[in-house]
Amino acid sequence: MTAPTTTAPRSGRRGGWLPTAVLFVGAAYCLLPVVWVVMAATKSGSELFSTFTFWPGTGFAGNLSDLSGYRDGVYWTWMANSALYAGLGALLSAAVSAVSGYALALYRFRGRETVFNVLLAGVLMPPVILAVPQYLLMAEVSLTDSHLSVLLPVILSPYGIYLARIYAAAAVPQDVVEAGRMDGAGEWRIFRTVALPMMLPGLVTIFLFQFVAIWNNFLLPYIMLSDDEKFPLTLGLFTLLNQGANTPALYTLVITGALLAIVPLIALFLFIQRFWSLDLLSGAVKS
Amino acid sequence: MRKHRAAHGAPRRAPYLFLLPAGLLFALFFALPIGYAGYLSLRKIEVKGLGLGSGARSEVWAGFSNYTDALTDPVLLDGALRVLVYGLIVVPLMLGLALLFALMLDSDRVRGRAFTRLAIFLPYAVPGVIAALLWGFLYLPSVSPLHYTLDALGLPQPDLLSGGALYVALSNIAVWGGTGFNMIVIYTALRAIPAEVYEAARLDGCSQWQIAWRIKIPMVAPSLVLTFFFSVIATLQVFNEPTTLRPLTNSLSTTWSPMMKVYQDAFVAGDIHSGAATAVIIAVVTFALSFGFLRLAGARTRREENR
Repeated sequence: MTAPTTTAPRSGRRGGWLPTAVLFVGAAYCLLPVVWVVMAATKSGSELFSTFTFWPGTGFAGNLSDLSGYRDGVYWTWMANSALYAGLGALLSAAVSAVSGYALALYRFRGRETVFNVLLAGVLMPPVILAVPQYLLMAEVSLTDSHLSVLLPVILSPYGIYLARIYAAAAVPQDVVEAGRMDGAGEWRIFRTVALPMMLPGLVTIFLFQFVAIWNNFLLPYIMLSDDEKFPLTLGLFTLLNQGANTPALYTLVITGALLAIVPLIALFLFIQRFWSLDLLSGAVKS
Repeated sequence: MRKHRAAHGAPRRAPYLFLLPAGLLFALFFALPIGYAGYLSLRKIEVKGLGLGSGARSEVWAGFSNYTDALTDPVLLDGALRVLVYGLIVVPLMLGLALLFALMLDSDRVRGRAFTRLAIFLPYAVPGVIAALLWGFLYLPSVSPLHYTLDALGLPQPDLLSGGALYVALSNIAVWGGTGFNMIVIYTALRAIPAEVYEAARLDGCSQWQIAWRIKIPMVAPSLVLTFFFSVIATLQVFNEPTTLRPLTNSLSTTWSPMMKVYQDAFVAGDIHSGAATAVIIAVVTFALSFGFLRLAGARTRREENR
């Protein structure tokens, strides 16, 4: 983890207490709402308004069963929907990015840079300009309020293609591809059996990036969906908050729901830390 | 046939076939909607008579009237102004903190580097809606630890969900959520600086501050430009956070940001044509601002290289 540059001796005698202090203050700021929601989720409705906020309560089990019982467990349907949209969407996204990035990195063909630039321009497209017509076009083919309406538009990820091109250029040597051709392998077979395994660490990053993006997405489902059996977590919690704003009794449900909604992603990142580096997210390919 | 092709290097058709899925998705979910939005923005609904019965409402060409209406609409202009103020708080603060944390992570003899890096990155994994919800509760007097503490000390309690404080409240959510990712981007760039550069600076007797200021920051300038670019784009489209905070306060209108106005026009008021025009305007402003800045940054970098 430590950079080679940090081993050199430095002039100051005191250790790095200032940077350490700054970083710990930053960490405390970033953890504050998370610690709060963990504590708040353990409180029963009456404890929430009466006890000190950073002290655990006694109502977690009660909150959990209340949440599971809310409208026949619709919360868990939201959770399953989010997992479906994010999991399947990110998988397809990584696949599309992989083939596109590979083609852009290892072939020379007419219009290569144009294709790349046009695809990249998609990054800059505000979702707002897409959302209104996407809804109307989905309505034309009677796909609004369906699982597909929130899944299809998120498969193409310009940033994913950008990353895949960088990874492919760095990880797949042109000679290996040429050698495959000499052996008479078809282009698709070379990609699948030779290039794909080499690109895998990068593709995991694209998968993660896109998983987080879809899991966190709100605008698209907000516009496309009206049946709350198809809602992802973000939209479900938003509607719950909307109803609960005037009924403090629903606060505990919203808070417990918010905690459970962030647990999977945080767990995923903590787990993946062991064999995956955050640096990959910004396109760093050197280890 | 295959042997013949192999002898001439890469086959011609393969890259196009590989790019087919992306091209198809791009056409269907990017190009077509953008074109359609442009078309819709030039049309309007004309109502004949009382607007009753079939044929009384028809879609006709509107020219640029939707655009002139939008650009002279005080509601949209107020929203644009609010987002400008919000952006002037969020972007410098978020990138300033991201740069500060990245520099601290990169400095010598830091303790808890892995832990703090992960902790500061953590909010990236929290959806904007949920971040707004969590902070919303932290701002809410009845459950907030801040108000609890102030109350216990007998001090006056600020209302964070109205007036000018609302900008601070909303900006805080964006800064909290975005600092970590930008920090990672900048930190990655810092670590790519070769060690020899530092050795030379140390031999010249540069202090840590001088190294940070004269070497590190100029060398990560491209990352700063990139993060700035994405931050501006994200800021101009702010939607999730104010929409989520709305149930908790009366001070947030349904048209607080231009993007919220688009939603309001297109899906609540049912006027897709003016919604489309506003969306196109936001897109054009986003492009103009981000590319204008890139050109500016590019020209500066070139000037410095030529010196």
